[in-house]
Amino acid sequence: MGPELAIAVVIVTALVLYALLAGADFGGGVWDLLASGPRKGEQRALIERVIGPIWEANHVWLILAVVLLFTGFPSAFAAISIALHVPLTLFLLGVVFRGSAFTFRSYDSRSDTAQQRWGVVFSIASVLAPLLLGCIVGAVASGDIRVEAGVVTSGFFSPWLAPFPIIVGLFALALFAFLAAVYLTHEAPTPELADDFRRRALATGVVVALLAAAAFAASFSGAPRVSAGLTGRPFTWPLHAATGVFALLAFWALWKRRFWMARIAAAGQVALIVVGWAASQYPFLVVPDITLQVAAGNARTLRLVLWAIAGGSVLLIPSLLILFRIFQRSSASRGR
Amino acid sequence: MDRLLYARAQMGLSLAFHIVFAAAGIALPLIMVVADALWLRTGDKDYLDLAKRMAKGTAILFAVGAVSGTVLSFELGLLWPDFMGKFGDTVGLPFALEGFAFFTEAIFLGIYLYGRGRIPPRLHLAAGVLVALSGLASAFFVTLVNAFMNLPAGVAMVDGRLVVQDPAAAMFSPPWAHETLHSIVACYQATAFALCGIHAALVLRRPTVPLFRKAFAISLVVAGISAVAQPLTGHFAAHQIARQQPVKLAASEALFETRAGAPLLIGGLPDEKTGKVDYAIEIPSGLSILAFNDPDATVAGLDEVPPEERPPVLLTHLSFQVMVGAGMVMAGLSAIAAFLAWRKRRVPDHPAFLWAMILASPLGIVALEAGWLVTEYGRQPWIVRGLLRTRDAVTPFPHLAAPFWLFTFVYVLLAVAVVYLLVRQLRAVPAELSEGGAHGP
Repeated sequence: MGPELAIAVVIVTALVLYALLAGADFGGGVWDLLASGPRKGEQRALIERVIGPIWEANHVWLILAVVLLFTGFPSAFAAISIALHVPLTLFLLGVVFRGSAFTFRSYDSRSDTAQQRWGVVFSIASVLAPLLLGCIVGAVASGDIRVEAGVVTSGFFSPWLAPFPIIVGLFALALFAFLAAVYLTHEAPTPELADDFRRRALATGVVVALLAAAAFAASFSGAPRVSAGLTGRPFTWPLHAATGVFALLAFWALWKRRFWMARIAAAGQVALIVVGWAASQYPFLVVPDITLQVAAGNARTLRLVLWAIAGGSVLLIPSLLILFRIFQRSSASRGR
Repeated sequence: MDRLLYARAQMGLSLAFHIVFAAAGIALPLIMVVADALWLRTGDKDYLDLAKRMAKGTAILFAVGAVSGTVLSFELGLLWPDFMGKFGDTVGLPFALEGFAFFTEAIFLGIYLYGRGRIPPRLHLAAGVLVALSGLASAFFVTLVNAFMNLPAGVAMVDGRLVVQDPAAAMFSPPWAHETLHSIVACYQATAFALCGIHAALVLRRPTVPLFRKAFAISLVVAGISAVAQPLTGHFAAHQIARQQPVKLAASEALFETRAGAPLLIGGLPDEKTGKVDYAIEIPSGLSILAFNDPDATVAGLDEVPPEERPPVLLTHLSFQVMVGAGMVMAGLSAIAAFLAWRKRRVPDHPAFLWAMILASPLGIVALEAGWLVTEYGRQPWIVRGLLRTRDAVTPFPHLAAPFWLFTFVYVLLAVAVVYLLVRQLRAVPAELSEGGAHGP
């Protein structure tokens, strides 16, 4: 495996973790917006408690993916930045408003109307950011970004304001909402609250399935190379089959109120969707003009970066596990 | 305004905004762990309260720093795609290490903020120490990128294509030592002076609350040490810059002609057309001494490079003057504080002194921003000196006015919100804290 492929694997891993952790954060924001019923306040309190300790760490996976993208594949990063200037800028605004509003809400006084206003900003940004993120991914996969001799020729709007990227955006939003609802069933301190999120998880699960089908159908005209990758390659089939198995398992576990198992299955499902997208697109980074090999940066630098990643992981993975363990234990003990 | 100017304005705005939060993310955790360690050691509850207050401030500022930093990592490509397309892999190593440092900071900040009472106190303190150390590391790594842009090393142009020959040399390009040292001290100094001013005001308003006095004392120590150390690191930097980036030094000092026994200018308005400086106080041979420790040394002037390769002299010079001026005032105040503390054998709290500290509280941030402007203006018209011009790196995206005004609006909004929240946090006197102080765990 060349260093560029190794970097690409790390980038996809970072994106999987971003989808699993920050995706659930975004989804939490969606449920904050849609909180309803007699336990409205409890729902919001649960969301805030679950997100609070970890959102900043979750967020870093994206920064890691971006840094590795421009290190590993500088010319692809340049092309994506030019062609998707508009949705990337809007996504960034979503990230800024979401992060600051969440923190401001946590540290502002409890009784204020300011508190509610920050909450509204937080939840609207939580809806917009995944929508745009999905559009960006859809545009990169669609084959509508054209780069000739290092110059982007396809314009600034048409590659992402098209049916396929928009359906992928909706799919990402639904997927994150589903993931968050499943996580929250497990974190909920009371059976009533868990049931609130169980109902939401089941409903969004159906929406996810419908949008997945819609994205698949739209990909034939909207992203031909990806649909070919999705259907035509022997190595992508086991991935899709496994994704389906996890999706069904998540549904069954939710139905049976086996929340811990539902959480594992939903996480597996989302991880495999991200991996499946990357595998269908391989070897293209920006379909159809830039491959991993063409865009790869200097091999010696990439090897050093890989060493840095290895060293950093030795430091970070145990720390991250400590963070998760501390808060898992405490939220479980508080649930009793 | 044209595309280039909008792009520069947006990048400048984003960095100017982020830099304040980044600096706070380095220095506040230090004060937080000092207070926490004092609490563990003395059992004085004031220190616990102080650590908690600093932790809240750190959380608010870190969050805004994290999101504005994310914006910056994208803006590198959104505004300067050609720079990232050519140099992305070269600057990738320090950026990747900075990413890890930032990650460590986020993880341990999470543990610190939410772990009090859930994990043993010593472990909790260790998490705080790691927050402070990783903030320091992340500033170190990100400054390495700036050092490379000022004086690239380890790369070469081969047939019009940039080739990385030595990634380690590119990471530690010649200006690395003075740039990292000078900017890290500036971060502590900026934050500590701001904290000194705030706590001086609180001491004035509520003289009997011991918490405020203790907070003032700790901040004053950090502020004083950094303010006295900073002219020394600045001297070291000037020494290096005179050799490595003579054009930048010439622009900072508005030295239009190469000369021996070059004077140091205080104040003054340089005129780029005539090559004269009006209204300046000249210290004869001052610049030669500053740069080479020799009154007769020859200092290179702007005439060493053709006019189109000169930085904007007026802006560079003014920024430099503001930085040095602010630094001098802070160093002077610190000397006075040390003298008063030595004579009275306690933390100085004379109202006149407290007022001086209140007035001086923005100076650290002013110096930090001005110093950063010196290095950025002084590098122009290059984004990477000698290899890529700023105007060649700008994005072809035609509607840059829109994101510029959008981000200006957002940053103003965020700045107002942060100040409002911090003021609220700081003005709150801890409820359990009776006047005269509560002691013991």
